[in-house]
Amino acid sequence: MIKLEHMSKYYGAYPAVIDASFEVLRGEIVGFLGPNGAGKTTTMRVLTGFTPPTVGEATIAGYNVMTHSLDARRHIGYLPETVPLYLDMTVTDYLTYMGQIRGMNLSWIKERLPVVIDQVQLGDYRQTLVGKLSKGYRQRTGIAQAILHEPDVLILDEPTIGIDPIQVVETRELIVDLGSRHTLLLSSHILPEVSMICQRVLVIHDGRIVADDSPSQLSNRLQHTERIELGVTGAEGREVINLLRDMTVVVDARSDIRADVQQRAAREGAAALLVDARPGSNAAQHVAASVIERGWGLKYLTPLPMTLEEIFLELTTEEDLGA
Amino acid sequence: MTLVRVIALKEFRTYFASPMAYVVAAAFLAITGFFFVASVSDAFSEATIRGFLAGAVFFMIFMSPALTMRLLAEEQKLGTLELLLTSPLREVEIVLGKFIAAFTMLLIMAFLSLFFVLVLYVYGVPDSWPIVTGYMGLLLYGAATIAIGLFASVLSPNQIVGLVVGSGVLTGLTIIDFISARVTGTAAEVLNGLQLGASFSVFDLDSFGVAEAGHFADFARGIISISDIAYYLSVTFLFLFLTVLLLQVRRWR
Repeated sequence: MIKLEHMSKYYGAYPAVIDASFEVLRGEIVGFLGPNGAGKTTTMRVLTGFTPPTVGEATIAGYNVMTHSLDARRHIGYLPETVPLYLDMTVTDYLTYMGQIRGMNLSWIKERLPVVIDQVQLGDYRQTLVGKLSKGYRQRTGIAQAILHEPDVLILDEPTIGIDPIQVVETRELIVDLGSRHTLLLSSHILPEVSMICQRVLVIHDGRIVADDSPSQLSNRLQHTERIELGVTGAEGREVINLLRDMTVVVDARSDIRADVQQRAAREGAAALLVDARPGSNAAQHVAASVIERGWGLKYLTPLPMTLEEIFLELTTEEDLGA
Repeated sequence: MTLVRVIALKEFRTYFASPMAYVVAAAFLAITGFFFVASVSDAFSEATIRGFLAGAVFFMIFMSPALTMRLLAEEQKLGTLELLLTSPLREVEIVLGKFIAAFTMLLIMAFLSLFFVLVLYVYGVPDSWPIVTGYMGLLLYGAATIAIGLFASVLSPNQIVGLVVGSGVLTGLTIIDFISARVTGTAAEVLNGLQLGASFSVFDLDSFGVAEAGHFADFARGIISISDIAYYLSVTFLFLFLTVLLLQVRRWR
């Protein structure tokens, strides 16, 4: 339903997102996790057609967001980071207006309004001016406008930011509930939140997508690993993996890595591999020694600069009650 | 077209949700009323609406940007522009809807001002044709000023910027006659051609606050000329087009 292909976005010379690719299938709940300023909002703005990508393509429900913008936008429900509300309208008026803008006719709106208001539990505030609502209820009003027109794709940018803890819990329950009806992409900088809600997590850091895995796999990888990328000549990838996996310093070795890295290595006649090793074990040195001992060529060996763990350190890893 | 109507209706309602609409309408009627009274209360004065027109074209330099300053600035400030631009809406639909809402406000004020015309018919024998062309010119002139005001409103999330820039542009197009009077030849003709219509010599009731060289002068005299109509429509379309363009460019930044 959501597809992003080699998308980069530059603001002037500053790269906000670099070569991001991912796909979200129908019915998936995907969390977009990253520290503040990692490029989450920019990616979401590209997906919703608000900002065009500098290079690459974004597709929603099969429609390119730039070339078939209106068609793509018809399939999206979007809650931007700063909940966009007209403060001088009542909740009902606001939702009716948003529905109309999304191309709903009045009878459809009339039918959906009670359902949605019930879903986000705004029943007591139907006729309240949006400007008089508390932060949590404003957030719900924002979610209500995003789901009113029953979009296939729901994109929520930091839906729980800045609301009080009790309302955060309720909002999360609501999001899980929404996930059963929509394809959902939500961003967050809070690790436990994403693990709680999502089946799959995309981790973004400094504009690059650095991990794409289920929350449980991610926590496995968080068990203190150090990453090394290496290219080996004179051997099959399989053989090298077997060798590396037998080493005590190595947690795991695999060759299913990014296609562009594989191709670059293949051009030089090397097999590209990714090694997760125990930290502080001087793994790079051991790996290099073992490879050379076998008489294979070591084309390159790169310790990956930022491990997932380091990125996660920048994330909010605890429930921050003050937020 | 449905979407244009939806937006126009929403903006129109918003005008009446605050004291804005009432304050602006009251100020409009008070100021134009003053000019009207001043122009007809002398003994043997003509039964015309030229005094009213003078006040109206003058006051709209400030009133139109005041009516439009909120329209696009606030969407940017509240972040609702992001919703509009990610909804299946075209930029041109947004701009047209907002333009129509502001223009409707103007129509209502023009309608209320018909009271002055009524007074003329009750107490005098006015010439009807210049009244018809005067109102026609006023609406064309009003459309142009609203388009300029709307353009100013898209420039910044700050409403005050919209008001100042809008009034600034309108003032510039109004005081052009100070410059054109001091140059000769083609330059003077070009500058005269740009004269929006009002004049700051509003208190000189002989010129009726309408610039002699401006495109409004003929309407006030009861003459309809294609070039004047074309001028106002061009200014309106140009600034609406620029507004749509800026909304589109905003995406690319």
